[in-house]
Amino acid sequence: MLDFGLLSAVFGGLMIGAAAALFFWLNGRIAGISGIFGDLLFDRRSGHWPWRLTFLAGLLLGYLAIRAWRPELGEINLQSGPVGMIVAGLLVGYGTRMGNGCTSGHGICGIARLSPRSFAATGTFMLAAILTVALLRHSGVFA
Amino acid sequence: MRPLVALGCGTLFGAGLTLSGMTDPARVLGFLDVLGSWDPTLAFVMAAALALSLPAVQWVRRHPRPLLDSQYFVPEQTRIDAKLLLGAVLFGVGWGIAGLCPGPALASLAAGVPEVLLFVVAMAVGMALRHLQERRSADARDAGSGS
Repeated sequence: MLDFGLLSAVFGGLMIGAAAALFFWLNGRIAGISGIFGDLLFDRRSGHWPWRLTFLAGLLLGYLAIRAWRPELGEINLQSGPVGMIVAGLLVGYGTRMGNGCTSGHGICGIARLSPRSFAATGTFMLAAILTVALLRHSGVFA
Repeated sequence: MRPLVALGCGTLFGAGLTLSGMTDPARVLGFLDVLGSWDPTLAFVMAAALALSLPAVQWVRRHPRPLLDSQYFVPEQTRIDAKLLLGAVLFGVGWGIAGLCPGPALASLAAGVPEVLLFVVAMAVGMALRHLQERRSADARDAGSGS
């Protein structure tokens, strides 16, 4: 059944794919968010901060545009408290720098480039995330 | 021009993340929760993104350079090493705890939810820790090689 949730997933995905492809075609760069954010913070030698800053600012603008159109799409239902957010943020920050990418850089751009490293990374972080959710929700240890 | 293109692509990317439901941690964890009431909808996000970007990127690479720059900027490493896989594991665990990955976390900063800001600050600290560690081991290598 073509419900709105499925349609918005498909159209949202097409927009993500189009953004990554356009960015590569025009600027020749990978739309990997952890890389762009991390390099904005720590790569101060180069003059690359303007496009990194405008790309990340665009993410926020895109969020606001969709929420202005349909407020329910901007809903953020938090799944962990402050401590969980801090632990998760530390792991995501450290892990994406160590593994050179996240869902966007490896999962979309890397696979689109047919990079073996990105296939390996994407399979690994998907599996790790699925196991983490299984452990947190169904092992009985944390619930 | 390049910062403007980046702004446009970033906006399209952020709108896509939001429209697709990736900015809602409940939906993301519902997708990752294969043992629970699994919600497969988000699989269509990645499938649709790749259905477009994979042929598009392959087409782009047939051209010697991007339209607005002199070369493509792609990672040169090809080896699948322990660093790549361990980094991916740590990232996956963090993603599974909060239901947020870097793109959606940054995009939904605009909602002004304090916990999301907390996540992003912690993410920056985690990146800084890795950055410091890599610089220190690079320094140690330089010292070891006698320079």
